Amino acid sequence: MAGENPASTTEYIQHHLTNLVYGNHPENGWGFAHGAQEAAEMGFMAIHVDSMAWSIGLGLLFCWLFRSAANRATTGVPTGLLSFIELVVEFIDGAVKDSFQGRNKMVAPLALTIFVWIFLMNFMDLLPVDLIPELLMMVGVPYQKIVPSTDPNITLGMALGVFILMLYYSIKIKGTGFVRELTMHPFNHWAFIPVNLFMETVGLLAKPFSLGLRLFGNMYAGEMIFILIATMFAAGAGAGIIGGGLHAQIFGEQTSAWFWLVIFILVCGVCRLNLKGKISTGRTVLLCMVFMTIGGGLTALGGGLMQWGWAVFHILVITLQAFIFMVLTVVYLSMAHEEH
Amino acid sequence: MELIYIAAAIMLGLGALGAAIGMGLLGGKLIEGTARQPELGPMLQGKMFLLAGLIDAVPIIGVGIAMYLIFVVAPTAAGA
Repeated sequence: MAGENPASTTEYIQHHLTNLVYGNHPENGWGFAHGAQEAAEMGFMAIHVDSMAWSIGLGLLFCWLFRSAANRATTGVPTGLLSFIELVVEFIDGAVKDSFQGRNKMVAPLALTIFVWIFLMNFMDLLPVDLIPELLMMVGVPYQKIVPSTDPNITLGMALGVFILMLYYSIKIKGTGFVRELTMHPFNHWAFIPVNLFMETVGLLAKPFSLGLRLFGNMYAGEMIFILIATMFAAGAGAGIIGGGLHAQIFGEQTSAWFWLVIFILVCGVCRLNLKGKISTGRTVLLCMVFMTIGGGLTALGGGLMQWGWAVFHILVITLQAFIFMVLTVVYLSMAHEEH
Repeated sequence: MELIYIAAAIMLGLGALGAAIGMGLLGGKLIEGTARQPELGPMLQGKMFLLAGLIDAVPIIGVGIAMYLIFVVAPTAAGA
């Protein structure tokens, strides 16, 4: 659980749903907000530092990864990372070819960027909910939301970027045809121009809005379920059947965060050894069970299994949402390129 | 206060109902289509996943909001 010992489940959830906000407080001046209320008082000119840092960092990671793969690309048979990157690029290329009718060199790279970037941002959801916020709390950062796509500012910002591109290409390709489309569309008569304009504008604005909110809603709900599983079991972890007694002996009431981290690294290490073929799968499962039992008693093991189960289902959701965002962007841009 | 729980229940229930009807139609049509023309199977499946994601979005957003109501709004309202 969080370091400052939140009194109840509600506080724990709210703590996890609060961004790290930097802005100008009317009384305290420029600085980080302490709590949601102070963040609200900062008004419009405040920035979610954690969302910005994670999303830009993941964007740079994407650029670096794909650039390094592109530099190493050969005509031979690709291996390892290179073949994976090639798979992703070909997949996006196929999807764009299927749904984009116009001629534009920018759309396929844009689609690739959107897909991989959103996937990476969504992927942060699969990291254990307490891991990074807890670690950052030890160095004095009070709030941290590590999944940028659970922040509506990020998703709606991306949708706004797509919307601007839609308008730009509509005007560039169709010219006055775009105005005709807005004013003369369902009913082709001058008397219906206000009605047409209203209907078409609503239709146009609904596109970026639904695009951003869909991604946000899915990620927010997924994050919420991870947090709820954590509250259900973390509360009982201290009193776990086997590990709990051990913890009480060593740490007293509250188990410190580095202990969870050590267990997490041990489990990851064992899984990695298994992937490399050093130890058998049966032994891997056994070792993981032992580590998790020591880590938090049987309740935490149950919690871990539930987190794992939801995470497996969530892999589908995060990929699907990144894919949908990408496909809809391409479809909208394709509509902007259609000449009537 | 209790109405918050009713609201969450309606939200979850009706969301699930709509999504279930949508998914049922979608899956049924996919199987019909694939049985008719098996060579189109992979292409139809890709499109089905896209639409499944679109259908899935609304109820899952409902689940998120319902969870927020049950576990954050309701206790806060009870405490206040």
